[in-house]
Amino acid sequence: MSAAVETPAARQVEPTERRPARLAELFLLILALAAGIGAFAMVGRSVTGELPGEFWPVSLLLTAIGVAAHVVLRLRAPWADQVILPAVVLLNGLGLAMILRLELAGMQGADAWSQMMYTALGAVIAILVVWFLRDHRWIRKLTYTAMLVGLGLVVLPLLPVIGREINGARIWVNIAGFSLQPAEFAKIAFAIFFAGYLVTNRDTLALAGKKVLGLQLPRIRDLGPIIIVWAASLAVLVFERDLGTSLLFFGLFVAMLYLATERFSWVLIGLVLFAAGALVAASVFPHVGARMDVWLHPFDNELYNAAGGSYQIVQGTFALAAGGLFGTGWGEGYPYLVPYAFSDFIYSSLGEELGLTGLLAILLTYLLIVQRGLRTAVAVRDGFGKLLAGGLAFVMALQLFVVVGGITRIIPLTGLTLPFMAQGGSSLLANWIVIALLLRISDNARRPSALPMRGTVAQGGPMHDPIVVGAADGSTPGAGTPAAGTPVRRSAAAVGDVSGRDGGQPTEAIDPATGRPRGGEHL
Amino acid sequence: MNTTLRRLASVVMVMFLALMVSTTWIQFFHADELNSDTRNIRSIYAEYGRARGPIVVGGEAVALSKPVDDEFGYQREYTNGKLYSPLTGFFSLANGTTAIEHAENDYLNGQADALWVDRLQNLLTGRDPEGSSVELTVDPKAQKAAWDALGDQRGAVVALDPKTGAILAMVSKPSFDPNDLASHSTKEASEAYTKLLNNDDDPLVSRATATSYPPGSTFKLVTTATALESGDYTPDTVIDAPSTYTLTGTKTQVGNFAGTSCASAGEMTLADALRISCNTAFLGLGGDLGADALDEQSEKFGYGSGYDIPFRTAASQYDADPDSMNTAQVELSGIGQGSVTATPLQVAMVSAAIANGGEVMQPYSVDTVRDPQLEVVRETSPQSLGNAVSEKTASQLTDMMKSVVESGSGTSAQISGVTVAGKTGTAQHGDNSQPPHVWFTGFAPAEDPQVAVAVVVENGGDLGASATGGSVSAPIAKAVMEAVLNG
Repeated sequence: MSAAVETPAARQVEPTERRPARLAELFLLILALAAGIGAFAMVGRSVTGELPGEFWPVSLLLTAIGVAAHVVLRLRAPWADQVILPAVVLLNGLGLAMILRLELAGMQGADAWSQMMYTALGAVIAILVVWFLRDHRWIRKLTYTAMLVGLGLVVLPLLPVIGREINGARIWVNIAGFSLQPAEFAKIAFAIFFAGYLVTNRDTLALAGKKVLGLQLPRIRDLGPIIIVWAASLAVLVFERDLGTSLLFFGLFVAMLYLATERFSWVLIGLVLFAAGALVAASVFPHVGARMDVWLHPFDNELYNAAGGSYQIVQGTFALAAGGLFGTGWGEGYPYLVPYAFSDFIYSSLGEELGLTGLLAILLTYLLIVQRGLRTAVAVRDGFGKLLAGGLAFVMALQLFVVVGGITRIIPLTGLTLPFMAQGGSSLLANWIVIALLLRISDNARRPSALPMRGTVAQGGPMHDPIVVGAADGSTPGAGTPAAGTPVRRSAAAVGDVSGRDGGQPTEAIDPATGRPRGGEHL
Repeated sequence: MNTTLRRLASVVMVMFLALMVSTTWIQFFHADELNSDTRNIRSIYAEYGRARGPIVVGGEAVALSKPVDDEFGYQREYTNGKLYSPLTGFFSLANGTTAIEHAENDYLNGQADALWVDRLQNLLTGRDPEGSSVELTVDPKAQKAAWDALGDQRGAVVALDPKTGAILAMVSKPSFDPNDLASHSTKEASEAYTKLLNNDDDPLVSRATATSYPPGSTFKLVTTATALESGDYTPDTVIDAPSTYTLTGTKTQVGNFAGTSCASAGEMTLADALRISCNTAFLGLGGDLGADALDEQSEKFGYGSGYDIPFRTAASQYDADPDSMNTAQVELSGIGQGSVTATPLQVAMVSAAIANGGEVMQPYSVDTVRDPQLEVVRETSPQSLGNAVSEKTASQLTDMMKSVVESGSGTSAQISGVTVAGKTGTAQHGDNSQPPHVWFTGFAPAEDPQVAVAVVVENGGDLGASATGGSVSAPIAKAVMEAVLNG
């Protein structure tokens, strides 16, 4: 833990440049809080005619969370992206308002206060991550631990006693009265594992193999990991009956594989494998096939009336249609007619009351977070950070696609939920952790480097923060494009390599995360 | 890796674009179809969960939505259901909407295009949307008078303001209570509806606007108007008035009421023939005037089309195909029998036009529509449908109708101190085995008409076969006119 965690020496190389005051973040945060708190008030007024009892505690707590996170970022990650936190607070606030609205309308299961508590817990964990994790590269040490944890989490719902099947999908566990959706945490574990694994093995995966029809095909023996992940994803599809979770893990892997190897052939192989697997599963396993039918013909009366049929998706579609362009307004619609309107179908609830305008704004807010995450990946200088930030940003986009695509029938409906908005502790905790990691990486990426001049050795030595790297962009080794924010290229050899590729020989490089030579890291 | 990251960012953009397109597809392009899906109960919830605006008569709500603690939130209530149901109609979860509830639905539920400012305000302030109130032209005293005077008899009363066409009273009996149909229990509402539907007295049908009767002698006003407008007749023109009349080309003999002869001389003036409602004189006159002239004149009075008052009324009709009528049929039409049918509203419109110097006014029942802040959103201005007859003809008809009430068949419509103009009618129908439908139509005061009225009582009402328009319907008309004039 010593390498990446703050050391006195690291402080010495902290640039003397003024730290950003993060006023943009503060301003956006005020807007986000105003939108959320305003929504709480309107929800109460139109449903019960008065301010709901939860108004002050929820408003104050949400404000406290936003302010606390803002202050911690100022102190510990002053260069971190300033848009991500307000965007998350906005989404979280609007989600809370909708859950509160459904609870006030008497909907069974909607519980705004519990959602608030999980939000607070998620925010506290995120704050702790930002506070104690001074360098994201430390996480690389956890590569194989993350794999085990991830696999464990995926298998968890299949275990007897604790595994729960809700809405036909077995992606829940129940431990001591608390329901958990392990997939939410597994996605973080897998992102860490894939980032660590791929940053080490990308060259083998990318360069070996024959070229067929313009596609660089990988060697058969390198296909091992992708086959394993593919099999695991299909197992999730078949045994946990959830296309979304399955798609989430597999999509994450394929995207990160592509990021790391820059080989489109991987994407193609991945997509073909997944489509073929899904088709076979749909024809062999009746429950998968039934879900496909519901997806393709939801308005068929027989499916509509069937148990576990298309009732929910059809009602959700009605809710969206009822919202129209501008929505009914907070508290004026009938979102509670849709089963799970506060969790799986919060998107249709928001669509009914805020309309197409509201949903497009929400989608754009998510897009903003995702694109900021991807921008962080572009800017960060180490390969592991790039893969991790890229993977986390993409998995959020993918989750949104799977959830919203399921509700709007681009793909079959799944049991995943909308990050930050849907009611559910696992989803909130996991996604706040994702945000914390993105903010941490973004701080490292945007921090002005106290870069030593060419040929000199930085104070504090190679292990210290901020560690200077050369062109982190693995796609253009030796090309003329300087990586973002790095005024000096190819100085990495002098100060220590972190990307494993950009300065010197990868096999000889010292892994800053493990302190071991990287050559030893292979599956 | 930056190249692939940027490509991945593009993929993310495409994914989000797909979500935006699919959301737009459902919420915008596909919304109407989804909203009208029968499995989508939210349009019903929305409709029945809104604070629907009241229907107001004389400053008091006759239909209003009260908050209730059920899955919908509001219950429609009709304070005097049976009295006003021909106007209000019903608002029923199980059976839909009718009459004003149907025609003014967009304003009552606040969704009319004209109310967009209100809706925008509601959206911005978070205020609960409320429907607009619809104020009727009905005079509650006249309505009550008509209801009471009609008693238990089947029939209808329509009273109009002749100068504007505003409906002052509209009663139909037997009536129904819309409260029975407004029940949120689909079962109860459906049962009530089925019961009303199967009732032989057809309480669901408004006799005032939806039932067409043979107008009988009230149509003699149209026949007389045709004669005067032709220029060949004046009120003093002497016409044949035999004791019986054999319809041309048939052996059917038609006499006068109770077999009396109209005039010992076998002829009389047009004015006298109308005053005592001489059938034989008008059979001959009808035949002389011809189908085309009668058809044209009746259409000028409003026959041949329905009216949006604002709900649609049944069209009255001279004949489906006047060109193919034989002479006997034309002769019969001169006394409002045979193929001629009219709604009580149409009969009242004829009197109103005569009272209004010949100008026919579009009948209407909605005076103003006000939004929840009581701002006027819509106001009906009287609208002319053209002149049915010249002012001269109108004044001649008025004089003739005055003598009907003064010394003719309609004396029981007399109001002390007020000159009443009117015309009775005793219309045979069906196979003549049933008592006649008896009519009275007229207006008052004759010199400055404030109210025009039409009354029909089915099958002679309480008097049965011995009933006449003068004995049964004229007193009802009198009561209604008095209520308006004394109001």
